[in-house]
Amino acid sequence: MDDLLREFITETNESLDVVDVELVKFEQEPNNATILDNIFRLVHTIKGTCGFLGLPRLEGIAHAAETLMGKFRDGAPVTQEAVSLILISIDQIKDILGDLEAAEGEEPQGDDSELIGKLEDMSAKADAAMAGETVEEAEAAPQEAEAEEPAAEEATDQTLERPLRPGEVSLDELERAFQETEIEVEVAEAEVVEAEEAPEEAEEPAPAPAAAKAETKEQPKKAEAAKKAGGEGGEKKAAGGGVSNQSIRVAVDTLEHLMTMVSELVLTRNQLLEIVRRHEDSEFKVPLQRLSNVTAELQEGVMATRMQPIGNAWQKLPRIVRDLSQELEKPIDLEMIGADTELDRQVLEMIKDPLTHMVRNSADHGLERPEERRAAGKPEKGIITLAAYHEGGHIIIEVRDDGKGIDVDRVKAKVLERGLASESEVEKMTDSQIHKFIFHAGFSTAAEVTSVSGRGVGMDVVRNNIELIGGTVDLRSATGKGSSFIIKIPLTLAIVSTLIVEAGGDRFAIPQLSVVELVRVQTNSEHRIERIKDTPVLRLRNKLLPLVHLSQLLGIYEGEDADKAIDEDNGFIVVMQVGSQTFGVVVDGVFHTEEIVVKPMSTMLRNLNMFSGNTILGDGSVIMIIDPNGIAGAMASHASSSVAESEEEEQDDLQRRSMSGQTSISLLLFRAGAPEPKAVPLSLVTRLEEFEVSKIERSNGRDLVQYRGALMPLVYVNEGDCHKTEGTQPMLVFSDAGRSMGLVVDEIVDIVEDRMNIEVGSERPGILGSAVVKERATEIIDLGYYLPQAFEDWFMRKEMDIEALTKKVLFVDDSSFFRNMLTPVLKAAGYDVTTCTGPQQAFELLENGDKFHAIVSDIEMPEINGFEFCESLRRDPRFRNMPMLALSSLVTPASIERGRQAGFDDYVAKFDRPGLIAALKDVFSNELGVAA
Amino acid sequence: MSVLEHKLNADADENAASDMIQYVTVVIGGQLFGLPISQVHDVFVPESVTRVPMSAPEVQGVLNLRGRIVTAINMRRRLHLPPLEDEQMMAVGIEYKHESYGLVIDTVGEVLNLPAASAESNPSNLDRRWAEISGGVHRLDGQLMVILDVDRLLGAMFTEPMAAA
Repeated sequence: MDDLLREFITETNESLDVVDVELVKFEQEPNNATILDNIFRLVHTIKGTCGFLGLPRLEGIAHAAETLMGKFRDGAPVTQEAVSLILISIDQIKDILGDLEAAEGEEPQGDDSELIGKLEDMSAKADAAMAGETVEEAEAAPQEAEAEEPAAEEATDQTLERPLRPGEVSLDELERAFQETEIEVEVAEAEVVEAEEAPEEAEEPAPAPAAAKAETKEQPKKAEAAKKAGGEGGEKKAAGGGVSNQSIRVAVDTLEHLMTMVSELVLTRNQLLEIVRRHEDSEFKVPLQRLSNVTAELQEGVMATRMQPIGNAWQKLPRIVRDLSQELEKPIDLEMIGADTELDRQVLEMIKDPLTHMVRNSADHGLERPEERRAAGKPEKGIITLAAYHEGGHIIIEVRDDGKGIDVDRVKAKVLERGLASESEVEKMTDSQIHKFIFHAGFSTAAEVTSVSGRGVGMDVVRNNIELIGGTVDLRSATGKGSSFIIKIPLTLAIVSTLIVEAGGDRFAIPQLSVVELVRVQTNSEHRIERIKDTPVLRLRNKLLPLVHLSQLLGIYEGEDADKAIDEDNGFIVVMQVGSQTFGVVVDGVFHTEEIVVKPMSTMLRNLNMFSGNTILGDGSVIMIIDPNGIAGAMASHASSSVAESEEEEQDDLQRRSMSGQTSISLLLFRAGAPEPKAVPLSLVTRLEEFEVSKIERSNGRDLVQYRGALMPLVYVNEGDCHKTEGTQPMLVFSDAGRSMGLVVDEIVDIVEDRMNIEVGSERPGILGSAVVKERATEIIDLGYYLPQAFEDWFMRKEMDIEALTKKVLFVDDSSFFRNMLTPVLKAAGYDVTTCTGPQQAFELLENGDKFHAIVSDIEMPEINGFEFCESLRRDPRFRNMPMLALSSLVTPASIERGRQAGFDDYVAKFDRPGLIAALKDVFSNELGVAA
Repeated sequence: MSVLEHKLNADADENAASDMIQYVTVVIGGQLFGLPISQVHDVFVPESVTRVPMSAPEVQGVLNLRGRIVTAINMRRRLHLPPLEDEQMMAVGIEYKHESYGLVIDTVGEVLNLPAASAESNPSNLDRRWAEISGGVHRLDGQLMVILDVDRLLGAMFTEPMAAA
């Protein structure tokens, strides 16, 4: 039996129960139009669906019954006889449904003409009864009865060449049915809910329970459950329907309450864990571990009941698009991808309206008229695509059209007209900055207001709704190709993974969703805080990030000079992304990540937009949860437009990178000795310096400069080159273990992010080969050639690093954040890195015979944690001596000891990048030592 | 706790006289205040209060009271009194519009059973900021007790930030 049919049976059985009850009520209150409307709609829906599913018998009866009820609606007197007749027809429908279910979707043979005949007679009588009032209708009646296909109350405009056959529907009727369907479905579902408790005792009319406001959404779930029950359903022939007994409906309130209780349980569990952590060897440890696991499972289970496929929010869209398509006279195709992606029903509810609005927008503003499309060489039919997929802890929903894209000039004109920005500001803005104006209140680019959209209440409301649930909306548009809105929302609102940080002596929780990365700033580290006038910025991969100290944003900075809040030589920067705004928030300390249950703030504090809630941490203290949107808002005043521009570039970069699927590295471009550009990986360069030519001294046949209290030998790219004769001489300084070498260059050209693909190898010493960098052939220089020129023994000491180049390292971490953060670090150190998203994948790689020289593994991973992973590898003789490093955000003596016991060679904190490199070096040198 | 004992004693003494009101007395900056006992849920020592940046100055912060998050309001700041130095403060837990609040005060005193009729209205020259939260005054032996009107006390704090915003 197909799913559609099964769902139909479940639904219809429930609808019929309602009709039973309602009819009885109706008989007592013949003048209650609401009841009649409800019944009429229910039966109408049944009829419509039967026709759709190809069930002529059911359709025939339902149709006749509906016609009769139509008469009532038009004012015919309600007789007991008539009501009984309808009840009989409904019983007949039930019987057929029962057989239908038993026969796996095969409509039973049988003749209903007698019943239908009675119904028609009754209709005719009803007409006759009304005849005194309305002559026209009475006239129409017999004709209707004959044709067996009357449009109950409307006269037909559209005529067919031939009379309608029994069971056929006139065009007008069809059109009307379409228009009514939406409302009808809603009503039907609401009714169904009322019958919540009814399905069990389907045959007797159940008293309608007080209207529980259960969500209609549960329908598909139920159908699914029924599907699982499989064939069993067929055996239960009872009219109530076996299928409908396979699941129960639960009021959402009950679920919500359950969820709250589980949340409390999680909090208490966390508290207990924290206490036990403080007391080593507590006898509570084991039972608590068990409690912890059970709690986690319980939490998951309850969460699962809240999860619903996003398709539920999309249900109405095909209809809307169909209507729009007609109204706007544009042929439109709606594609839906990933409708089964699940998310919390609370979130689902919140995005329904914004989604509908966006689809309307795409149809109205986005897609061009067919003739324009033809002219642009596109197929006449426009396509709107809805796509949903999971990414990390959130869900991405994309609404895309292949229309004309956003008209930047028109937006510009509108921006000026509304005085949202000055002309010079607008000139400086990038296209994507201009696109963002459509999210402003009262902004509409539709040249004229149509009934569909263009009234300027829209995108700002959409954005607000999405931000309300902690989501962001972004826009990409290409002129002539279409535009796409990307909505990023959390999977659930109940539990949030947060990063606990400290600022101004207080702790705060920042939702991980908006944290892109963490940067540690230290004296001499590659990342430095710099200042443009007094504005602190961070140069991160050659992009400038605006920085603000969290305590400044929150107004809790206690020092005297707010400008000095940021310690240039020491601090953590939380790089956050909200919408397309990226910025750095400086904090005094970073602790760990914690899954927290958000509790709403007291009403008194709800006006603070910097916080989205608060919660109780494992140690029992209360912590405020930062609202990234609030922070971004406060940040906006700090961020200059030039910075915003660089963000755009970064985004483009990210996109490019994700498209190429290959990580790019920073290359320093320079010129030396020849006009063609040369490049060296930036990560190898310690410093860029410029020296006065007069500072260059000559001794023992070579050039030297005094640099940081020592003599630094200078090396030239080509033998026989010499330094400039006047002014300053730029050079690249390479340092290692207290020794430095200066590579003399003519000019430092640029720093670019690109993939280093050496395409043409080189025979020339000092050049690794040529690569295309910034669309130009560029020589990649071989540092290994130059370093011994400065210190002959450099190579000896560097042996390890050269060795490193051939070392394959397997990096296991479930968090893409850390994979992205640490992989480049390892690569820059010269290791050949392979990443895995978890131990399972790592096992597979190792089983496939991939050889690795060392494994770096995260500890906190789902399913198999790092300790277990290490232990199981150690059990295998092949991997007994494989160097393994543990990497964890939790570094305590106890966890280090645990790591050692599991068989890890070393245990490194996740944020300690130099530590990681040093530890890797160590394990390899130990290994060599053992081998020798 | 002493409060409870008092309550019990008081109950025993005065057999639920309908025109009598029981007050939990608290001291804030040397002044005696009384809260109707029906509104007081707890008396506790406010510990590990988390500051809430950008909140109204009288909000001392939020704290965990047996798994509930309670908003602590510093009554000294509310009454524009200088802060109490180096002394353990106390707090009275009350409920307002289904949310928990803690009024941070200096010390908790005894429970008094006073006839409702003996309450006098606020003297007209009372500091406006005090008059705003006072529901009247009781004359006791040798001192006056100001009745704290919780609804007005907290209600005013809701509207203020709104008006400012």
